[in-house]
Amino acid sequence: MRDVYIIGVGMTKFGELWSKSLRDIFVEAALAAIDDAGVEHIDSMYVGSMTPGLFVGQEHIGALMADYLGVAPIPAVRVESACCSGGMALRLGFFEVAAGNSEIVLVGGVEKMNDGADVTYALATAADQEYEVYQGVTFPGLYALIARAHMVHYGTTRKQLAAVSVKNHRNGALNPNAQFPKEVTIDQVINATLVADPLTVLDSSPVSDGAACVILASADAAKGLQKPLVKIIGSGAATDTIALHAREDITTLKAVKVSGERAYKMAGIKPSDVGFAEVHDCFSIAEICIIEDLGFVEKGQGGPFTEQGHTALDGKIPINTSGGLKSKGHPVGATGVAQAVEVVEQLRGEAGKRQIKGPKIGLAQNMGGSGASSVVHIFKAE
Amino acid sequence: MPSPRYRREMPQRYRLEAGKCKKCGKISFPPRLICPACGSKDFEKTKLTDYGKIVSYTTIRVAPSDFATQVPYNIAIVESDNGVRVTTQVVDCKPEDLEIGKRVKFVFRKLSAEGHTGIICYGYKAVPV
Ligand SMILES: [Zn+2]
Repeated sequence: MRDVYIIGVGMTKFGELWSKSLRDIFVEAALAAIDDAGVEHIDSMYVGSMTPGLFVGQEHIGALMADYLGVAPIPAVRVESACCSGGMALRLGFFEVAAGNSEIVLVGGVEKMNDGADVTYALATAADQEYEVYQGVTFPGLYALIARAHMVHYGTTRKQLAAVSVKNHRNGALNPNAQFPKEVTIDQVINATLVADPLTVLDSSPVSDGAACVILASADAAKGLQKPLVKIIGSGAATDTIALHAREDITTLKAVKVSGERAYKMAGIKPSDVGFAEVHDCFSIAEICIIEDLGFVEKGQGGPFTEQGHTALDGKIPINTSGGLKSKGHPVGATGVAQAVEVVEQLRGEAGKRQIKGPKIGLAQNMGGSGASSVVHIFKAE
Repeated sequence: MPSPRYRREMPQRYRLEAGKCKKCGKISFPPRLICPACGSKDFEKTKLTDYGKIVSYTTIRVAPSDFATQVPYNIAIVESDNGVRVTTQVVDCKPEDLEIGKRVKFVFRKLSAEGHTGIICYGYKAVPV
């Protein structure tokens, strides 16, 4: 396999983008990434999107985006793996360059969730339609089931869950692209409107529109470019049972664990080598499970570790420096690519007020459904 | 819900029918073609037991449109006495009555309806015992 570099990044602001369409936001992010990379052409394109069909009634967006970006007839395809569609698109783009099939690949993620669809229904299609959704379950509901079990088995407290949201909003307040760039307090999180007990609306990521893109390149194509180079040194993906109830232990996200192990193995590193990470905090409990299942802390210690500040910008391992899904926003198909954008900006020293000190290795973890799919990428500053 | 899709799942939803692996004994609900434990393709028909216990639970406050008129309602993962876990509503009780380990019984109930002329969707729910 050939080495693969990220040579350009771009994203839209995340939020309620009423005046812009699905295709507009994708093209905006793609042009920003192409401009950042300074490339003249791209060879192929992967577009991560969870369910444009349900959100705006538009499928076939690989071709649509190639058309509107003015790059047809290059190959372009949409990649779907629920909320980790973007991360999986990145993985396919990575392998396309690594395999020698393309020199320069554009990987994008896009979702338009605020155009009037039944968002709760659309998101729930990523769960088991016949045996979970049929019973009336929702995504906040599934993560609430995980949260309750985690609290009982490991002693995780309501306050520790809230600490995840407080920390991510603190980071997001420093991110000009964040949907909710403002701080919240522990009391505000705990006393906010309940969505699915014990999770409140401030434990949950918002409904967002947005797009993010990265440009991948081979070493030859990256030669001579002005930007600091960031290399993708590991990619791992895994799946688990679609239904949460079918898992032996509902507090362990096995797909996260296995995708992490596979990415560590390819990169030849240990969890302790990771300097910072963007992880899939769709709900506060998810971040706690993920930092445990990626091996950053012992199982069960995610709550206290977060509460003690070890995942803050100046902590032992900063988690979600961008503000995460919680504060930055979660346009589902765009999230995985936006995570890569943040990791690259941190590794290049371009993260502005939220820049961490001297990062060398960053990780991005993106998850679909209640953890039925997960993808992890590891990035290194060259 | 399109009627063929609804009808196909009736044995599971109405009668808790499951498939028991003849090789390793694992019960799959709904029945599968391949045993997730041992890979065998040889099954016999069985049923979930009528009783079980709560593994985890929540109360849904924001629901998809089909369930919007039912909020708040309780959802739990319930493990039947023969070791099979399902996601189900827990009814005839208050949210504060629920706890992990609590004994429940499966009952046959209406789950949702497609307006005035569509299919009425039935299935299992659980009640505390
Ligand atoms: Zn078997």
